[in-house]
Amino acid sequence: MNSIAPPPLLVRQQELVSALRPFLAEDALLWEPEDTIPYECDGLAAYRQMPLAVALPQTEEQVVQILKVCNKLNVPIVPRGAGTGLSGGAMPIAEGLVLSLAKFKKIINIDPIARTAIVQPGVRNLAISEAVAKHNLYYAPDPSSQIACSIGGNVSENSGGVHCLKYGLTLHNVLRVRAILISGEIVEFGGLAPDAPGLDMHAVFIGSEGMLAMVTEVPVKLVPKPQVAKVIMASFDDIGKGGQAVADIIAAGIIPAGLEMMDQPATRAVEEFVHAGYDINAATILLCESDGTPEEVEEEISKMSAVLKASGATHLEVSQTEAQRLQFWSGRKNAFPAAGRISPDYYCMDGTIPRRQISELLNRIKDMESKYNLRCMNVFHAGDGNMHPLILFNGADHDEWLRAEEFGSDILETCVELGGTITGEHGVGIEKINSMCVQFGEGERDIFWGVKEAFDPKRLLNPDKAIPTLNRCAEYGRMRISNGQLPHPEIERF
Amino acid sequence: MTVQTSTQAIEQFREAINHARNTGGKIAIEGSNTKSWYGDQPTGVALSTKSYSGIVDYQPEELVITARAGTPLSEVEQVLAQKNQMFAFEPPYFGTNATIGGMVACGLAGPGRAQAGNLRDFVLGADIMDGTGRVLSFGGKVMKNVAGYDVSRLIPGSMGTLALLLDVSIKVLPKPAASRTLCFELPQDRAIVQMNTWASQPLPISASAWIGKASQGLLFIRLAGANAAVEAATKKLQQEIHGTEMTPTQALSFWASLREQEHSFFQLAAGQSLWRFAVNPMSGPIDLPGETCLEWLGGQRWVKSSMTTSEAHALAAKHGGHATQFKGDRVAGTSVFTSLLDNPLTAPLNAVQKQLRAAFDPDGIFQTGRMP
Repeated sequence: MNSIAPPPLLVRQQELVSALRPFLAEDALLWEPEDTIPYECDGLAAYRQMPLAVALPQTEEQVVQILKVCNKLNVPIVPRGAGTGLSGGAMPIAEGLVLSLAKFKKIINIDPIARTAIVQPGVRNLAISEAVAKHNLYYAPDPSSQIACSIGGNVSENSGGVHCLKYGLTLHNVLRVRAILISGEIVEFGGLAPDAPGLDMHAVFIGSEGMLAMVTEVPVKLVPKPQVAKVIMASFDDIGKGGQAVADIIAAGIIPAGLEMMDQPATRAVEEFVHAGYDINAATILLCESDGTPEEVEEEISKMSAVLKASGATHLEVSQTEAQRLQFWSGRKNAFPAAGRISPDYYCMDGTIPRRQISELLNRIKDMESKYNLRCMNVFHAGDGNMHPLILFNGADHDEWLRAEEFGSDILETCVELGGTITGEHGVGIEKINSMCVQFGEGERDIFWGVKEAFDPKRLLNPDKAIPTLNRCAEYGRMRISNGQLPHPEIERF
Repeated sequence: MTVQTSTQAIEQFREAINHARNTGGKIAIEGSNTKSWYGDQPTGVALSTKSYSGIVDYQPEELVITARAGTPLSEVEQVLAQKNQMFAFEPPYFGTNATIGGMVACGLAGPGRAQAGNLRDFVLGADIMDGTGRVLSFGGKVMKNVAGYDVSRLIPGSMGTLALLLDVSIKVLPKPAASRTLCFELPQDRAIVQMNTWASQPLPISASAWIGKASQGLLFIRLAGANAAVEAATKKLQQEIHGTEMTPTQALSFWASLREQEHSFFQLAAGQSLWRFAVNPMSGPIDLPGETCLEWLGGQRWVKSSMTTSEAHALAAKHGGHATQFKGDRVAGTSVFTSLLDNPLTAPLNAVQKQLRAAFDPDGIFQTGRMP
């Protein structure tokens, strides 16, 4: 009678744990804080939340049962792969379960002639390419986290990488997805056969940020390894000329295997860190890669060199050996850790803009650096206009973090204003959910909710991510009005 | 002037939608009716998109073209060709007046599909009018965009049963510098293995087809890309198997006749239907008498037959795929398409699909029965 009732969350936790325990091994169900703390955030460490519990099933049947239990008890689920995501998509919910597919690590089948590999969602992106290398094949999408990120996470985010322009995104390289609906029913999207019947739900499922169903098996398309690849490093004394060179290459009818751009703050940070051989006196450098047969690569490299010279490149260097090619790329691939070396923290943005707006956006970012009194270095997939500005800040200084967040939103909303999008490949997650209110109107968001509820009527799968509610957008709108004026008043919103 | 006209067209579309909603009617969206034979027989009042026409934006260096639904496909392809660019999925016309809207709604692709990707892979964004008359914009004009669900890619292949497509942005690619077509005499089973073996090597294969009877037929391989690469690959293939090369004119007309189904293979005898089998490419030959035409490395197979729908579906399932009665007399009460309900692993998605349609079109005005 006089005993104090346990807090409601603890009751909920007890209820969930006792419902899941009968079919999960002891080490496959975690709820003590010391066990669940590694799951409190994903690659976006600024956003943290402890979950109610974490489940690590090993079989599809266990996933089915977990979904049925959560559906019955109305417990929200946050799916998790390797936890490398950069938008907080796998950030837990206080009253929810984290459902990790880390134990789904089997490569089920490789068919070198059909060029397919059937893998479980916990298989690392790079592990697929490693496993099929003996057949001279590889899996094309290569997000910079490919050494650690899982294919299940790639499916949820529609991940890209540096070779997307030529080889496509996850969407273009995943043939079928086997998944489990919240009801516990097993389904398949897409297929090894082309053009699956019905509406194209495969396209909607890929990139749905864990909000529609749980992935349990992914047959991917494999691509023959090009015989040779070479990369040109081109220097420019002006960012505008570098941006124009990107457009000129495409206009010349060339689709480079990779086309990356880095500004001077980025090349300087990287050069100190990995000694990639970058021209640190250039205002910007471009990396242009060609791959294919030796004859094809020779032809394309000489064409691209001519275009780059005509566009005003001050210096060109073509990789002469595979080692040198990898050295050139090592700088680009280490840009994020290099930012980490020169600043206590960095905040990575992911907007995409039409290529012709590259120099415009870079100039605007320059202005924002003084406005928010923070430094920013820029690396981007120039070939597809996908920018990764890295805002440098000190997380120990709360005011700096708040300014970094504001700086980030400003960049994203500028991307929308320039005809682009707030996220090219990292996903919306929790991080960019407010910016979704700027990119989409109420009608579009209404349809997004309709899609969500068609799969998940009770909104239990990764709720509160990716698609903002009407209320959230209304609140964001009020918050963003400063001095009686919205930033970017020209954008129609709400 | 054009802006004025397009605004008027949009208003007319909205009026038609409101009228249908108020009267419990249905709207059968059409372009030039070049593909009206495809799909199930729709019910409803025809609404033509032809008044809503024109290229809205084309920046060759952005590799994107945006056009209104009623724009003739030929106009778009001509504009692209002037800048030496193309739709790499090689959409079939099935009639000179085919529109962009019809192309997207049917979602069909031609010989380039196996290597380049499907039509929906190239769709970057779409403006639609939903079943309540709202104009909504999804996706965009950039190559990479993961903000929100990829709703614009739901439109391709939806046969006008989900929403009214207004504007669509599609990725384009440069035309290859060189193209050569080789023919090899091979039986079907060997041809299937051979083309997939070549496809698993770094060769610039851009299309494949095999036409013949099981034990005897011709395999066609199109190589396209940089001059030097096509040249080297031509030599390599011919060293492996003796083959002949088509002249550039022959090759162009052969692939076009396949795409448009004007090749003599596609002539149907009385009582025959043209069945499209979309199957696991590496599954063995379909065991039927008569001629077969294979495309897309064996993933798409054409069969002329008087078989029943259930026979076709059973055969397709055996080959890991599905079948469509592409051309021929429709059977009342039977869909030409395979239904989600036909496969236990897609059956639960039938209810999801129903809900999806309701999200776009709560009154069901676009649900004309053109597809299940």
